[in-house]
Amino acid sequence: MYLNRVKSLLVVCLSLFALMISAPSLANDTAAAVEHVAKKEGDFNVTETILEHIKDDHSWHLWGHTSIHLPVILKTSQGFEVFSSEKLVDEHHEPVVHKGNFDYKLIEGKTKIVDANGNLDKEASKQLWDFSITKNVASLFVSVFILLVVLLSSAAAYKKTGIKTAPKGLQSFMEPIILFVRDEVAIPNIGAKKSGKYMPFLLTIFFLILTNNFLGLIPFFPGGANVSGNIAFTMTLAVCVFIVVNLSANKSYWEHIFWMPGMHWSMKLFLAPIELIGVFTKPISLMIRLFANITAGHILVLSLICLIFIFKTVFASAIAVPFAVFIGMIELLVAFLQAFIFTMLAAMYIGMATEEHHHEAHEEVAHH
Amino acid sequence: MLLEINPLVLPDIGLVFWNTVAFLVLLIVLGKFAWKPILKAINDRESGIEEALLKADKMKAEMAAMQNENEALLAKAREERATLIKEAKEASEKMVAEAKDKAKAEYDKIVADAQLAITQQKNAAITEVKNQVGSLVVDVAEKVLRRELSNKAEQEKYIKELADGVKLN
Repeated sequence: MYLNRVKSLLVVCLSLFALMISAPSLANDTAAAVEHVAKKEGDFNVTETILEHIKDDHSWHLWGHTSIHLPVILKTSQGFEVFSSEKLVDEHHEPVVHKGNFDYKLIEGKTKIVDANGNLDKEASKQLWDFSITKNVASLFVSVFILLVVLLSSAAAYKKTGIKTAPKGLQSFMEPIILFVRDEVAIPNIGAKKSGKYMPFLLTIFFLILTNNFLGLIPFFPGGANVSGNIAFTMTLAVCVFIVVNLSANKSYWEHIFWMPGMHWSMKLFLAPIELIGVFTKPISLMIRLFANITAGHILVLSLICLIFIFKTVFASAIAVPFAVFIGMIELLVAFLQAFIFTMLAAMYIGMATEEHHHEAHEEVAHH
Repeated sequence: MLLEINPLVLPDIGLVFWNTVAFLVLLIVLGKFAWKPILKAINDRESGIEEALLKADKMKAEMAAMQNENEALLAKAREERATLIKEAKEASEKMVAEAKDKAKAEYDKIVADAQLAITQQKNAAITEVKNQVGSLVVDVAEKVLRRELSNKAEQEKYIKELADGVKLN
């Protein structure tokens, strides 16, 4: 109990600290972007501005007019093709046609094949596979790099100092989190004996989501991408959980899905399709929960900042910025919470799939 | 299609692909080089602490057992010492008693011997006295017999004289 209190206090402190750094720059960044849009169209479109920040992009904005143009990798019927995304836009960031194996053009932010007149060629575009290193992919790589550096160095610390000494530095920061995943997530849901096998999977998922959630809250490079609020990211992880859960499922799990024991045969027939749908809704709920929570947070912060531009007065910031800071604080909590919930539910699903049923009372518990 | 209404809920194949790659790389690399050693170290430390605690308990019990043993040993030693002292005392007392007995026996023997010697000497002396008395009597009787014949008065006086002169020693 005391430890939990200390933990939450720590989270709040870290959140405050991070916000003190990030909130003003978030405002600046958004302001610059909004100004840009406003200038161009002469009219401010909130939805477009926000979606532009939520969505993936081929370039990664650094500051002012400087951005990194990330490589575009396309797979077409002619094979692979790699070129810089700089070639898809002109100096005013307007999409232009790039002539490679086909004519490529950005339509609504996505690379498509166009015909000679610059119109969308639907048939040819169906053959197009876009493996570009987008902003989200690059941000994902950054998070992978951070995780590798942080975790491998803390693993090295264990090797260096051995187990006789107390953890130090980075190691002592990571160990409570790892212990938290083990003692609060894995062991209560899967059981002490079986959890060891799933620990690497759960820890990797937890840290990957956590890192991307935090990186998403940093409004400037190397953050600023909305990786964990992207449906592709959450879908991939949910599919991984789906695969792991179903591969580790034992006989009694499948029996409980297709032929519920201890029920009348008519109830069994009735329950089977429901349980079968449940097999798929579990990972889908994981996917949507993470996506929706992170995206909603980003939209909230951006909306509050956009208030300044809707009212077209600097005094609106007196309300908008404190609110954005407040929501940002909640977002930091959500960043940790969603990583925890995703891992927790993944562990719970694995636990349900691997549970041994010995008696009737146990079965009741497993299904509520 | 419903999914095309909002591009936000339309997953990009590129991100799915790269995310799968990234996740698998992380899972394999971290699983092998981070999670395994870290979890092993944590488990080792935990079992080490548990072991140390158990060992401490065991040591405590052992210490208590040793203390009990020591006390028992001490008690035994004390008892032994007491018996030793007692035995020594007994032995010495016995020795003293024996010596006493022996001395007494010797003394008795000496006394008996002395008494015997005394008796013997006394008997010898008595015998001698008797012999002497006998010879004296014979002498006196001879003299008396010689004088008796000459003077009666004189004779008696003389007997008296003689009788006075006899010393029984």
